[in-house]
Amino acid sequence: MARAATTTDAFNAVAEPRRRAILEVLASGERPVNDLVSALALAQPQVSKHLRVLREVGLVEVRSDGRRRMYRVNGRSLKPIHDWVRTFEKTWTQRFERLDTVLEELKEEEGDGIDGD
Amino acid sequence: MVTSGTAVVTLPSETQIQITREFVAPKHLVYRAWTTPELIERWWSGKRGEVIVADVDLRVGGSWRYLMTANEGYEVGFHGEFREIVPNERIVNTEIYDTGPGAEEAQGLEPAVITTTFTEVGGRTLLTQTTECHRAEVRDMILESGMEAGMQESMDRLEQVAGSLA
Repeated sequence: MARAATTTDAFNAVAEPRRRAILEVLASGERPVNDLVSALALAQPQVSKHLRVLREVGLVEVRSDGRRRMYRVNGRSLKPIHDWVRTFEKTWTQRFERLDTVLEELKEEEGDGIDGD
Repeated sequence: MVTSGTAVVTLPSETQIQITREFVAPKHLVYRAWTTPELIERWWSGKRGEVIVADVDLRVGGSWRYLMTANEGYEVGFHGEFREIVPNERIVNTEIYDTGPGAEEAQGLEPAVITTTFTEVGGRTLLTQTTECHRAEVRDMILESGMEAGMQESMDRLEQVAGSLA
């Protein structure tokens, strides 16, 4: 159940647009908080608040680099969200496979008349 | 059987879902299979059930409704209205998730607007479907409904997700 709870938290965390924006900036590489403040045009306390939420659900990790704290995305924790999209994709893939079969029949029907419509 | 690969789903913005797929068939046939009720009945439920309603009034202002039984025993349904129709080229329609787990939450929300285009190159047709949901929460709900129709094995996780979106 712990795993399910983590999934739920990750979904909640990315439901907030500014948190998604932070993840997008961090997707290009590790950054200190000041970079995020200037990239997102947000006040530092706001950025810190969002980073705290992202860290709590494991979407973002932090390490110390001298006096700076460097933030980065934890790719593994994004997997549940990635899987969610892949599952939706699978539903459509299965629909389209059946559509392929329908199209093969339509092509055969038309084949007699050579380029029907 | 001809297989043209998997559907590719991308999220171009926080309110959009885009699905693309290439078919080994000319576009007028893809369009026909996409819009003809007897043909929709044969593919829309994928591997997860049977289509029980496929109503299509294919004209601007006309309505559509699809309903399927999922193998698990519940029903999943959508309806909407056509806003733009260019035969064999492009369809714009609204979509409301009206039946199935979580459907109550979708009521009263602004309908999603779906643009479907059919582009033929060398006898193959690229289908592109872009769903504009207006709000990120609605997009996430639609992704979730795809799971409902699709994956019993994910139900446990889905309940958690649904709870997080409520």
